[in-house]
Amino acid sequence: MSTLLSDRTLLWIGALLYLAGFAIGCLTLAWRKNSGAPHAILKTLLTGGLFFQTTGLYVRGIAVGGCPLGNTFELFQFVAWSAMVLYFIVGSAFRVSLLGLFTAGYAAALAFISLLVPQWDLVRGLKIFGQNPWIEFHAALAVFSYGVFGLLAITSSMHLLQTASLKNKQLDGLFWFLPSVVQLDQINFRLLLAGVALLTLSLSVGAAWWVRNTESVDVAKLTVTVSIWLAYLATLLLRGRGRLVSVRFAWVCIVLFALALLSLQPVNASRHLTAPVPAAR
Amino acid sequence: MPMDPLNPVLFLVGATHRTAPLHLREKLSLDEAKAAQLAARLRATPGMREFALLNTCNRVELYGVASSGHAVHSFRQVLAEITGCEPGELEAVSVLQHNHAAITHLFEVAAGLDSQIVGEAEILGQVKEAYATAQEKKWVGPVLNRVFQKTFQAAKHIRTHTAVGQGQISIATVAVDLAGKIFGDLTETHILVIGAGEIGLKTAQAFQSRGANSITVASRTFANAEQAAALTGGWAASLADLPELLAKADIVASSTSASDAVITAAMADAAMKTRRARPLFLIDLALPRDVEPAAAELSNVFLYNLDDLATIAEGNLAQRRAEAAKCRAILTERTAALWPQVEPYLQPGDNGTTPPQV
Repeated sequence: MSTLLSDRTLLWIGALLYLAGFAIGCLTLAWRKNSGAPHAILKTLLTGGLFFQTTGLYVRGIAVGGCPLGNTFELFQFVAWSAMVLYFIVGSAFRVSLLGLFTAGYAAALAFISLLVPQWDLVRGLKIFGQNPWIEFHAALAVFSYGVFGLLAITSSMHLLQTASLKNKQLDGLFWFLPSVVQLDQINFRLLLAGVALLTLSLSVGAAWWVRNTESVDVAKLTVTVSIWLAYLATLLLRGRGRLVSVRFAWVCIVLFALALLSLQPVNASRHLTAPVPAAR
Repeated sequence: MPMDPLNPVLFLVGATHRTAPLHLREKLSLDEAKAAQLAARLRATPGMREFALLNTCNRVELYGVASSGHAVHSFRQVLAEITGCEPGELEAVSVLQHNHAAITHLFEVAAGLDSQIVGEAEILGQVKEAYATAQEKKWVGPVLNRVFQKTFQAAKHIRTHTAVGQGQISIATVAVDLAGKIFGDLTETHILVIGAGEIGLKTAQAFQSRGANSITVASRTFANAEQAAALTGGWAASLADLPELLAKADIVASSTSASDAVITAAMADAAMKTRRARPLFLIDLALPRDVEPAAAELSNVFLYNLDDLATIAEGNLAQRRAEAAKCRAILTERTAALWPQVEPYLQPGDNGTTPPQV
């Protein structure tokens, strides 16, 4: 397939399928049906989208000789991909209705933003992993944890919507389709736990190599990454102690993820050595 | 179209809550003995080919196939005799429909469109029961077998493809639905009923029917609380312990006759401090209100009063009624599709055994 379609084309198809899934999901809701054929169509579209996105990232990975995390475009694509993979892994376990719809909208938004900003994909970091598989593992794990935090931001938004509906007694729209407040709260806690565990593991692996060569990591990147980790860790501890719950907890999860996402581009731009993206595209 | 007096006909005769006042429905209602008596008489009445009897608190309906339209009037007479109604009295309140209209009526009844509470599902079970009895006693034949099978399909289609059965329409069940949207599974929730009045207990029972099994009834008079707790299988408590009870409860249904607020915002706030992430659902069923409205401002506290619940119930009912028009159009189409399968059995001179020409 790589000879027929470029990586960006594959990623475009993936994004379009996510968008189609989101549109079908919205229409299904408008028709007040939450099961049967429309649900199967949504799943099929998301599966197709994930297939094309995975293939696109794989083709890009082959071209750059490693995990495609060398520029903001690749990072956004990887975060969207992580969220979708997680949806397929944990979505069925959590049995959260509408999670597929929300994830489709979120993944489509991230994928389209990255595709519609060509500057993000003109150059990429040069030898960012220094031929070291552990650094590559550290980076992939860190970005994957962003995928978990992305999914957490989605379920937090669902929590806010449900709580607002109940508080304001506006019980139309999505209300009857969304999961219960307690269920969403439990899912949020588990996702936060998983995200913090992944990021901690990633930073531990990264730190093990960083102490051997402290100049190998950009200070801005180090500061932002550690700050985000600390912020999520603090959130987890406060939630565990019952100090940060319900709406405030959901808001914190959303704001933290927005900050984490916004920091990706400046942190990535602070790298010194860059090179044009290989011609495989 | 008038009933053909000489040719076979599929008919419905009976009375429902729409046509007969309560006192007449009481008279018409059939106990087991009367129903058996009626069936025996109908079987012996010339011209009756098939029949099924639907007998509920809101309707007594006889669906049948008669060898002629003329014979149908004699069946109504039999119904009047068995129930002790004057023939004229029954004629004034009875429903008499045939062929297409009778099928559509049965479809609508089974789908809950003709029920007092539009969209209720219990009636489908009653129609199934009526058909099962008729089948067991061999009262039904090729026409009614087909009509009833199609009725069940139509009712299922209506329930799954329209919103006519969606949304609760009683205060207690609306509260239960809302609790489901707060807590999800209700089996692990603790219910506190404040006041031993009927509405509070009904609400508690509605929660029990959805799996809640930890119920505490608190009242100013402990004896009343004990009495009410016995009815729900729960625990009794004194209202003096309310702060502690609030801290442990997930759902609180309050319906006392107190003139001042029983649950203040400060009490709810204190309770929330001991609950970590667990929400608190306050259902204020009292007039004047038992829960201080400021409690609704607290994070993770959801307060609904009688007006709120009634508004939701009314909205759901209005939605069901609006959906009923759509359902009727679907059922009319289904009747039209079924009719060619039934019509061959109702041809002039047919003895009820002609196979359908579909």
